[in-house]
Amino acid sequence: MTAAAGTSFWRDLIHKPFFWGIVAIVALLALNVLKDPTYLALTINPNNGNLVGNLIDILRQAAPVMMIAIGMSLVIATGGIDLSVGSLMAVSGAVAMEFLSAAGDSGSVGAALGAIGLALVITGILGAVNGILVAYVGLQPFIATLVLMLAGRGIAKVITGGQNTTASNDPFRWIANGFVIGIPVVFILAVLLVLIVGWVVRKSALGLMIEAIGINPRASRMAGIKPKGLLLTTYILSGILAGIAGIMSVGTVMTVDISRTGYQLELDAILAVVIGGASLAGGKFSLSGAFVGALLIATLDKTVLYLGISSSATPAFKAIVIVALCLLQSERVRSWFRRRRQAPPVEQLTAKEEVTA
Amino acid sequence: MNEELPLVEMRGITIEFPGVKALDGVGFRLFPGEVHALMGENGAGKSTLIKALTGVYRIDSGSIVVTGQERSFAGAGDAQDAGISTVYQEVNLAPNLSIGENVMLGHEVRGAFGINWAATHRAATQALTRLGLGHLDTRKPLSTLSIALQQLVAISRAMAIKAKVLILDEPTSSLDAAEVDGLFTVIRSLRDEGIAILFVSHFLDQVYAISDRLTVLRNGQYVGEYLTRDLDRHALISKMIGKDLDALKSLGGNRRRAPRAADEKPLLSASGIARRGAVEATDLDIRPGEIVGFAGLLGSGRTELARLLYGADRADEGAIELHGRRVDLRSPADALPRRIAFSTENRRDEGIIGDLTVRENIILAVQAERGWAKPMSRKEQDAIVENYIAQLNVRPADPERMIKNLSGGNQQKVLLGRWLATKPELLILDEPTRGIDVGAKAEIQEAVAELAEEGVAVVFISSELEEVVRLTERIVVLKDHRKIGELQNGPDVTAQAIVDVIAAHGVEAAAETLDDADGALPDSIALTTDKEAAR
Repeated sequence: MTAAAGTSFWRDLIHKPFFWGIVAIVALLALNVLKDPTYLALTINPNNGNLVGNLIDILRQAAPVMMIAIGMSLVIATGGIDLSVGSLMAVSGAVAMEFLSAAGDSGSVGAALGAIGLALVITGILGAVNGILVAYVGLQPFIATLVLMLAGRGIAKVITGGQNTTASNDPFRWIANGFVIGIPVVFILAVLLVLIVGWVVRKSALGLMIEAIGINPRASRMAGIKPKGLLLTTYILSGILAGIAGIMSVGTVMTVDISRTGYQLELDAILAVVIGGASLAGGKFSLSGAFVGALLIATLDKTVLYLGISSSATPAFKAIVIVALCLLQSERVRSWFRRRRQAPPVEQLTAKEEVTA
Repeated sequence: MNEELPLVEMRGITIEFPGVKALDGVGFRLFPGEVHALMGENGAGKSTLIKALTGVYRIDSGSIVVTGQERSFAGAGDAQDAGISTVYQEVNLAPNLSIGENVMLGHEVRGAFGINWAATHRAATQALTRLGLGHLDTRKPLSTLSIALQQLVAISRAMAIKAKVLILDEPTSSLDAAEVDGLFTVIRSLRDEGIAILFVSHFLDQVYAISDRLTVLRNGQYVGEYLTRDLDRHALISKMIGKDLDALKSLGGNRRRAPRAADEKPLLSASGIARRGAVEATDLDIRPGEIVGFAGLLGSGRTELARLLYGADRADEGAIELHGRRVDLRSPADALPRRIAFSTENRRDEGIIGDLTVRENIILAVQAERGWAKPMSRKEQDAIVENYIAQLNVRPADPERMIKNLSGGNQQKVLLGRWLATKPELLILDEPTRGIDVGAKAEIQEAVAELAEEGVAVVFISSELEEVVRLTERIVVLKDHRKIGELQNGPDVTAQAIVDVIAAHGVEAAAETLDDADGALPDSIALTTDKEAAR
C-alpha cells in the first residue's frame, strides 16, 4: 500500500471493505453535529492538560470492543466463532478486582501487575478450554463456546463470592482512566495491541494458515497444516484479548458487575468483524476492518445516548444503521447499483454481430 | 446434415472478467437431435460459454436465441424455463436426500395439502425409467449409489424439467469404461428423441464416439464449427492448441527404461499395509528416480493405497520404511517433512484453497512444514513462485490472482508447483491429468518425466491406461482393493495387457470388463450397484 500519492490512496480506501464503516462513522458524527454544533469540539483540561470531549469518550469506549473484535476476527477466520468473550471479560474483571481488594495497598504497581497477570492467565486457560473443545474434542465452535458463555458468569460469581467486588488501586485505574500526552491510555493501549497482533499475524505465517483453514480445512490438512494447534492458539489468543478487554472495562469504575460487565459484548465483537468486511463463513479477515467496526459501534452507542433516543428504541436504531451498512457492503447490492449507473451502449452489439456473422 | 433451424443460436458472445476477456465474440449453434461437442484447451472459454448459455454469467454483449426467441438470462432459473438443463462435471446433487427428491427437487408434485410425496416419487421413477433406471428405489438416499449412477440420476433430474437442450460438462471424468458405454447409450436415445445435447469432454475417443458436430474455441475466441466425421484427431488437436501436434508427439515416445538392478535399495518399502474397507494387505517397493504406475478401475483401491503412503489416511496394519527406517505416517504433516508429497484427485475439495492467491497456494505446503512462526520472506516466496509459474507454464502468469479464477488445468499446475516446492523425494500424483486439456496434459507429463530424471520417485495414478503405459517404468495393478500384480513396463506392455491382467483375475471381473456390448446399460449398472452394496 503506497499512501504517498494522494489519489491512489483514496482509490485504495474506497475499495477497502471497511470503507462504508468509515462513512457511517462520519455520518453519525455529522448527525451529532447537527444537534449540537460544538459536538466535535475538543478542549484541554487546564488542570492536567488532558483532552476532553465527545470524541475522546468514543475512543475510550471503543477500546474494549476493539480487543475482543480482533480476537473474534481470527476465530471467525478459522471458520469458528467465540461466544464466550463477553463472559470472559466478567471473569477477568472478577479475578482482577478480587486480587486487588485482597492486596489492599492502593498505590502498589506490583499489585496491579499481579492482578493483570492473573486475570490474563485465567482467561487464557479458559480460551484454551474453548480451543480444546473445538480442535481436539471436535465440538462445533458455536456449542463449545456457548458453554463458557453461560458458565463464565457463574465462574465469575464463584470468584467474587456473589459480590460485585470493588477495589482501589491507582496504577490499575490509570489503565482505564489515565492520559498520556493528552490521549487516553486505554485507547493507546488498544491501538498498540491491534498493531502488535496485526504485525505478528501478517509477518508470521499465522494469518495465511488461519485463512487456509477457514477457506478449505480438508485441503489445508493435505497441504500439511496441523489445524489443531492453530485452532488452539487462536482460541487462547481470543481468551487473553477478552481478558484485556475485561481489565479495561472494570478499570473505569474499579468495580466488577458480574451481570453487566461485558454483557452481550460478544455480539458487538461479531458485528465489528462483519462491519469490517469479513465473512462469517471463515476465510479472509481484516484486523483494520474489525478496528473500524469497533469504532463504529462505540460511535453508535454514544450517538444513541446523545440524541436522547429512548432506551426502548435503542436496539432498533442500532439495527437500522447496521442493516444499512451491510447492504452497502453486499457485493450483490453494489453490482446492482453499478449496473444501473452504466447501461451498455447499443451500437457495440451490432458491430460485434457483424464480425462473427 | 441438418438444415432445420438451430434450437440454440449464440452470436457474438463477449464476457469480460476483471482484466481478461473470457469470451470474445464467440458464436455457437446447437441443432435438435444432435450431440455437439464443445472443444478447447483449459481456459479456452468452454465453461464460460456454458455458463453464459445457462444464465450463470451475464453476457457483456451478443445475443442468445433459443427456439427463435431472443433471450436474456438473468439466472440459472431463466435458462431452465427456456428448456436448457445442465449436468456439471462434479455431480451437483444432495447426497443426503433421497434419489427421488434429488430428481424432482424444485419440481415436486403438489397436491391440495402441499407436496404429494407418493406422486412425486412416481414421477421420479418415470423420469428414471426413461434412462433405464426404473429399478432404483427412489426413497433410498442418493449416497448409496455409485458415482456413475449418481451421474445418471443427475441427467434424469435435468430431463425432469422437460429440457430441449441438455448440457453435459465432463460427464465421464469419473466413470470407468463400462459406465461410459452405459452413459452413451442413454445419450444416444435422448438424441434420437430430438433433444439437443452439448457435450464437453477431454477424452477425444469419447468425443469421436458420441458427437455429430464440433465447435472449437481457443483463448476465448471462436475457431470454427465442423462435422465430427470431417475432422480427424490431428486436425482437431492442432485447432485446439493452435500449433502443430508434432511438438507434442515427440513427448513420451520412449520414457520406458531398462529394468533396474534388483538389489537397488528402495526409497520406500511398504510391507502388508492395509486399511479396513479401503486396502487389503499390500507390499510395495519404490526406488529413487522410478515412475511407478498404479493401474486399476475406479474403486480398485489405487487412490486408497496412495493415501496410505502419504498419511492422508492411516494404515491399520503393516509397516512403511523410508530409507530403511520405519516411519509412522499419521497425517500429511508427518509425510511432508519426510519428503513425500501427494497431489489429490479431488482438486476442488482437497487441493486448492480457492480464496487464496496462486502465490499463497504454491508456498502453503513449504510454509506448513516450516511452521507458522518461521515465515518465508516475500523475496523467497516470489522466487519460488516465479520459478514454478514459468517452469509449469501457468496461465495467466499472475501470482496474485485468486486460484479459483484459474482454469482446471492451470489450477492443477499450481498444485504441482506446490508439491514440487517441497522438494519431494517421492511424489504421488493421483489423476494429475484428469479433466485438463491436451496441451496442459503434455506439459504435466513432461514435468513428471523430468522429475524422475532428477532422481525423484513418482507414483503416477491415472484412469487413462495409455498414459500410465507411456510414462511409467513399472505398473502396479490393483483390483477390488488388492494389488493383483506388477508389470515391468516394456515394449510388449500395452493398455490392453493391463486390462487383460485385470480381466483374467477372477471370473466376475471378466464379465464386467467384457460386457460392453450394445444396450448393456441396466445390467452393467446393476452390477456396479451390487458391488457398492456388498462393500
